[in-house]
Amino acid sequence: MREALTLRANNALLTRANPLAKFVSVFLITLVLALSIDLVSASTALLGELALFPLAGLTVRLLWQRGWPLIIAAALGGWSTTILSASSGRVLLDVGIWSISEGSLQLGVGFMLRGLAIALPALLLMSCTDPTDLADALAQKAKLPHRFVLGTLAALRLVGLMAEEWQTIGMARRARGVGSQGTPRQRSKAMLGQSFGLLVQAIRRASRLAVTMEARGFGGGRRTWARESTYSRLDVWVLAGGLLIAAAAVLAAQWAGTWHFVWLKQGN
Amino acid sequence: MPGPEAGATEVRPAAISAQGWGWRHSGRASQAIHALDLNIRPGERVLLLGPSGAGKSTLLHALAGVLGEEGDDADETGSLLVDGISPRAQRGRAGLMQQDPETQVVLSRLGDDVAFGAENLCVPRDEIWKRVHEALDDVGLRSTAGGGLALDHPTSALSGGQKQRLALAGILAMRPGLILLDEPTANLDPAGVLEVRDAVGRCLDKTGATLVVVEHRVSVWKDLVDRIVVLQPGSSSSTGGSTPAVLLDGDPDTVLAQARDMLIRAGVWVPGYVPATRPRSGPAGGSGPARRRELLLATHDLAVSRDRPRRRGFKTIPPVPVQAGLDAEVFAGQALTITGPNGAGKSTFALTLAGLLAPVSGTVTAAVGLSDGAGDDPFKWKAQQLISRIGTVFQEPEHQFVTGRVLDELMFGPKHLGHGEDRVDELLERLRLGHLVEANPYTLSGGEKRRLSVATVLAAHPRVLVLDEPTFGQDANTWAELASFLSELLDAGTSVVSVTHDREFSSVLGGTEMRLEPALQGRDRLEAGAA
Repeated sequence: MREALTLRANNALLTRANPLAKFVSVFLITLVLALSIDLVSASTALLGELALFPLAGLTVRLLWQRGWPLIIAAALGGWSTTILSASSGRVLLDVGIWSISEGSLQLGVGFMLRGLAIALPALLLMSCTDPTDLADALAQKAKLPHRFVLGTLAALRLVGLMAEEWQTIGMARRARGVGSQGTPRQRSKAMLGQSFGLLVQAIRRASRLAVTMEARGFGGGRRTWARESTYSRLDVWVLAGGLLIAAAAVLAAQWAGTWHFVWLKQGN
Repeated sequence: MPGPEAGATEVRPAAISAQGWGWRHSGRASQAIHALDLNIRPGERVLLLGPSGAGKSTLLHALAGVLGEEGDDADETGSLLVDGISPRAQRGRAGLMQQDPETQVVLSRLGDDVAFGAENLCVPRDEIWKRVHEALDDVGLRSTAGGGLALDHPTSALSGGQKQRLALAGILAMRPGLILLDEPTANLDPAGVLEVRDAVGRCLDKTGATLVVVEHRVSVWKDLVDRIVVLQPGSSSSTGGSTPAVLLDGDPDTVLAQARDMLIRAGVWVPGYVPATRPRSGPAGGSGPARRRELLLATHDLAVSRDRPRRRGFKTIPPVPVQAGLDAEVFAGQALTITGPNGAGKSTFALTLAGLLAPVSGTVTAAVGLSDGAGDDPFKWKAQQLISRIGTVFQEPEHQFVTGRVLDELMFGPKHLGHGEDRVDELLERLRLGHLVEANPYTLSGGEKRRLSVATVLAAHPRVLVLDEPTFGQDANTWAELASFLSELLDAGTSVVSVTHDREFSSVLGGTEMRLEPALQGRDRLEAGAA
């Protein structure tokens, strides 16, 4: 997790764009895809996103390594939609309770592509954006309260530590005779105990970190920023790109006649 | 908020004045510190000593202005002023470093973390970066002579000593007149201790700032300070000023000469004093005759790592081992000491040996005398099979607490095993925990927690005892008790495997030493390059 969040080796063009511009672009694309269930808008957006891969320093290999749970989830979602949705059109396959028709297959593939098209921009953003830079942009450009933004950023660093702590506490408890074997009840009891141990450690760590931050003058009304979050011409292109992908998805679906809002019943 | 000096580069050393000062934390019946009268001149360097419970940390927090407000059930008496003003009213006048290196780092990039304090004090941007470069140079984290670290170096890849030096740089960038160190080296290995001590010395020589440091290990700081103040626990909250907080005050040599016996009794590590311990005896001590030795546990060509195999899509990638090719043997009644610098994988090896981590490759094999029908791979044993065979004491006692009462904590193992409850009373008495049976384990002092964690593991009567840095941060009294107790166990036939930096400790236990050197790869190479 920590490794996935570091970008030290990434020199791609999009790493130099302002995180806020990237964030807005991703938001636009996601918004459009959330509005309609159809195959055309999803595949248009997906094609546009795939074209951005090299600009974000992402390869298909890296994508699979980092995003495989999302990709498998999208595929499973598509599969279950295909076999469970009401049949319409020619039946392609009928094995017992599983029946796949043209209509359900279309819906299933549309569901899968949409899932991917929504997940990909977030992966793109993560792979070319440093959390510290994102926090700088949110506080300086979006004018979110700096106490909240920096507090979250510092807490995020502790999350990685907590993952290590969880492992250590698990071992320490095994050394006391609390195993992860046994009946489901015993297991959930052991899990609860381990969670409590982690919670105690998390609170201790968090309060010590809070003292550290306060002792360094954090919490005042004003502060200066060592790193200025700036916009450049690149950010205009980033916004335009996001807008273009979103608009292309809508227009393509309108042109193909497949666009329909999620909250309208099918067939309207 | 920023004073008129916010942009100035000169450090103005701070003066401290306490008059009848006392503080009671909210929810506590008595004061943490009571009737403190103390004046510290600008530029003085003071080492604060005293038994735990004397309020040393409370005083440092108050001077840093982070003690919270009076009111919400906390009480303040008398006055405590820095340069004649309340510490809370002047952020950035004092810089505070605490014990746990992990919580001294705020941001994930080296340069950003140093800049954090200066940003909060509204220092202009150009000035901030000037200070960042200077501070990193001063603490030796950006040595230009090769191996320097970049400003975007990830802070998570630093060693404990480097993290504490980074914290010092963050403090220096605020240009404080007062530097407060709360056991800054308690969690560090000997090399890290010297690293931090020397960096502090250099920075004080340069800036002339006032220093107040709390530490048990006097010899580390003795030559750097020009005054030692010994505090004692206050009496009560109601009676005013019966026992003053300051017991002794003066130049280091005088105080150490005057109070030597008292400090030793209080568990302070006085220079040139090694606490008396019970010597090893019996045939198993030292390198006894080979024919009598019973092998309990052995490793063969073992490679170890804390990471689990990772899934990358459909592939499973085994972790990169931190150490490989390890062969070791553990005999009944013999000590095995694992030594080596930080990052060499000592703890990882010990935890794998103890059946808590899966080997990356190679084997850990328990002899029949130890396994007793449970199979020869300790990692495959059930938790309850494990505790009656190999007991492991972790570095952080709190990680091992599973109940809310000292007595339950000790009874936990025997109860689950169905035998050995009779041993608990003996352990309670032997490790001086008898008066604490009803207490909550989390509320004990550091030394009590350590003794309890050893007792709980021994209650299950394991034949092999594995300890990870058992003497870290311990006062001299707990140290001596622990060493004597373990030497007794050894003579009784238990084998003791310990990961330690502590030479005195390993010489009390005797036996064999296994030294691990860091495999030069990845993170370790970074550390070696920066050192």
